[in-house]
Amino acid sequence: MSKKILSIVLAIVMLVGVCAAFASCGGGSDQIKAALICLHGDSSTYDKNFIDAFKTACANKGLTEADYTIITDIDEDTVCYDKAADFADNGFDVVFADSFGHEAHMLKAAKEFPDVQFCHATGTKAHTENVANFQNAFASIYEGRYLAGVAAGLKLVELYGDDEGKVSDENAKIGYVGAWPYAEVVSGYTSFYLGVKSIVANATMEVRYTNSWYDEAAEKTTALALIDAGCKLISQHADSMGAPTACEEKGVPNVAYNGATGKNTFVIASRIDWVPYFEYMLDCVKEGKDIDTDWTGTLANGAVKITAVGAAAAEGTQAKLDEVAAKLKNGTLKVFDCANFTVNGEHLTEYKADVDDMGDFVGETNVIKTENGVTFFDESFFRSAPYFDLRIDGIAEIK
Amino acid sequence: MEKQPSGMENVTSYAQEKDKKEPLFRLIKRDVLPKRKIVLIYAIAIVASLLLSSVICSLFSSKNPVAFFVALFDGALGSSRRIWLLLQDTALLLGVAVALVPAFKMKFWNLGGNGQILVGALAAISCMFYLGGKMPDALLIPLMVVASILAGAVWGVLPAIFKALFGTNESLFTLMLNYIAAGLVSMFITIWVKSGSGVLVPIEHGNFPELFGSKYLLTVLVFFALAALMYVYLKYTKHGYEIAVVGDSPNTAKYIGIDVKRVIIRTMIISGALAGVVGLFLAGNIHHTVSTATANNMGFTAIMATWLAAFNPLVMMGTCFFIIFISRGMVEVRGSFNFTNDSIANIVIGLVYFCVIACSFFITYKVVFRKSGARVAKRNRTKGEER
Repeated sequence: MSKKILSIVLAIVMLVGVCAAFASCGGGSDQIKAALICLHGDSSTYDKNFIDAFKTACANKGLTEADYTIITDIDEDTVCYDKAADFADNGFDVVFADSFGHEAHMLKAAKEFPDVQFCHATGTKAHTENVANFQNAFASIYEGRYLAGVAAGLKLVELYGDDEGKVSDENAKIGYVGAWPYAEVVSGYTSFYLGVKSIVANATMEVRYTNSWYDEAAEKTTALALIDAGCKLISQHADSMGAPTACEEKGVPNVAYNGATGKNTFVIASRIDWVPYFEYMLDCVKEGKDIDTDWTGTLANGAVKITAVGAAAAEGTQAKLDEVAAKLKNGTLKVFDCANFTVNGEHLTEYKADVDDMGDFVGETNVIKTENGVTFFDESFFRSAPYFDLRIDGIAEIK
Repeated sequence: MEKQPSGMENVTSYAQEKDKKEPLFRLIKRDVLPKRKIVLIYAIAIVASLLLSSVICSLFSSKNPVAFFVALFDGALGSSRRIWLLLQDTALLLGVAVALVPAFKMKFWNLGGNGQILVGALAAISCMFYLGGKMPDALLIPLMVVASILAGAVWGVLPAIFKALFGTNESLFTLMLNYIAAGLVSMFITIWVKSGSGVLVPIEHGNFPELFGSKYLLTVLVFFALAALMYVYLKYTKHGYEIAVVGDSPNTAKYIGIDVKRVIIRTMIISGALAGVVGLFLAGNIHHTVSTATANNMGFTAIMATWLAAFNPLVMMGTCFFIIFISRGMVEVRGSFNFTNDSIANIVIGLVYFCVIACSFFITYKVVFRKSGARVAKRNRTKGEER
């Protein structure tokens, strides 16, 4: 018997030996190596958006599957640091992480491996930390949200508008499923709401949170609760298909985020196209150039996108969107134009936002500007990650 | 063992009397197999399941089955960092298994490992959050230790008190406490993180010191030592004996003068406190933060580790190592096979578990089919007579 066990053990050892020999044969190209760390897998619309863009950018820049690795389902704790450091151990030149909570752990790895670039989406610390190989990136997605809001407004008018295009107060109520009561989400739903309001002036919005970035069941029940509360259109900032599925069941139009949902009730989606950033990042690493410490994608540079209009979109939506997008691009229209919204009944003249994230949650930077006679909240200017965390009139936040 | 021949006779007569109504197959408890044979059966099951997994993974990608084994071993053992992480994660899972095993031996089904870990971590983080920087770490860390142990013990003893005094079902009670613990973590994060992001940035105070320049060694030493201590506790102490008797038969325990309620409560204090210690290490030594995902589902994974080890804390070192080896190896497989979600990896891990559990079943039982039933019974009877 012991001989049998011995022979099996030997067989396994030999198998492993052969495997190891095979492994050492691979690779050897002088291409750079890039890694992507995702919080969830491709069943999350948010992460899928990164995964698809990363693959596209790598392919465009000549990286083969052997040159890049995508690792999903990495929690926002030391597991992220372990994985980032592991990539550095294994000769990767650049590591990108996609979730807000990854930041502290990426930063820790960046300090430990100065020769490897660590880039992070949605983060807030790069512009104050001064770690040469640690960068943040995000996009002025509020422009895309605003456009999606315009499409939503047009849909409300198509469904409920009278002869003059007016919508009754009851029918002008929309709902929003948010992940966390956090600036990224607040900025997103406020710009969406302002987009709707530009078409339906009496629009109101109810926001409910799931306290999770990805919880399909909670997102669905929250959307259903909003529909039950009389919301005539739903949008969301949470990463599963929960809310679009609820809308499909109830026949309520849905405005999505991160990509088309393929549903009959789908109106339009805004998303960040990460291909421009990933290509820029890979180019910089290849050429040994510095990557922007805090990179902001915009409608103008192709990082902020809206999808093709969906089956449920109102007629003439595309034409209107083209018109509004042109104004946003040339700067004649500001999403957070202080004339268009009030906080506690008053128009803003000054607001200190928490741009420099020192962990004190205290605002230090005045973000209200006046240019060409327009006073506006300048979002994603002082840093790429959103800092609009005001609760404006017309939006009811239910916690 | 002595009962077996007479039991087999019953089977035979049953077969003769109700020949037509007899089910297609029946399960019969086996004689205890020799240890070497058991090890061999497990080895074959593991190798077979991995071979099958390698084929499945290569079907879903452009890679071949050999690459699966390369990635699996590379992921678990490919660098000193990976080996340390393998040992650290093994130690943590072992810690949870050590916490669960006295309760299981008592047949108290503690399914609340996740919750007990979480409250332990939450207690430590609370100390770090409120007192960090206000007192030296040398004072803060002992305070965290006490807080975590107390929190875990409370989370363990609550269901034990209800079970001991009112006969409440402990499985449901401990399960429910998992959700309450997760809710508490969510609540505190909402209070602490004023930006609303739900992410508590790692706290720099109250971090455990490195041991001989390694941030992993302390965790490994503590939980392997606790496993050894638990082995001694269960096997050689009066408490351990009481736990075994209460587990086998509460009435016997009562008859020989063991205070059953006391044993249940005492054991669950120990069980919860030990799970709290795992939480302490997750908070103080590893993550320095807490989230609802901090327990990493170890409260359930450890159940399998304890059962496969037949509740022997020394064998649990091996079962925990095996479980972590596979899961850490699969992370690398996911990466190198370009799987962009963890579904296939989960299928593979499930498949390996399934094969191992199935073979542990067939080591204990054998299947007897209808027609051959009488013959097997006869053979067993002859065997019994020979003995």
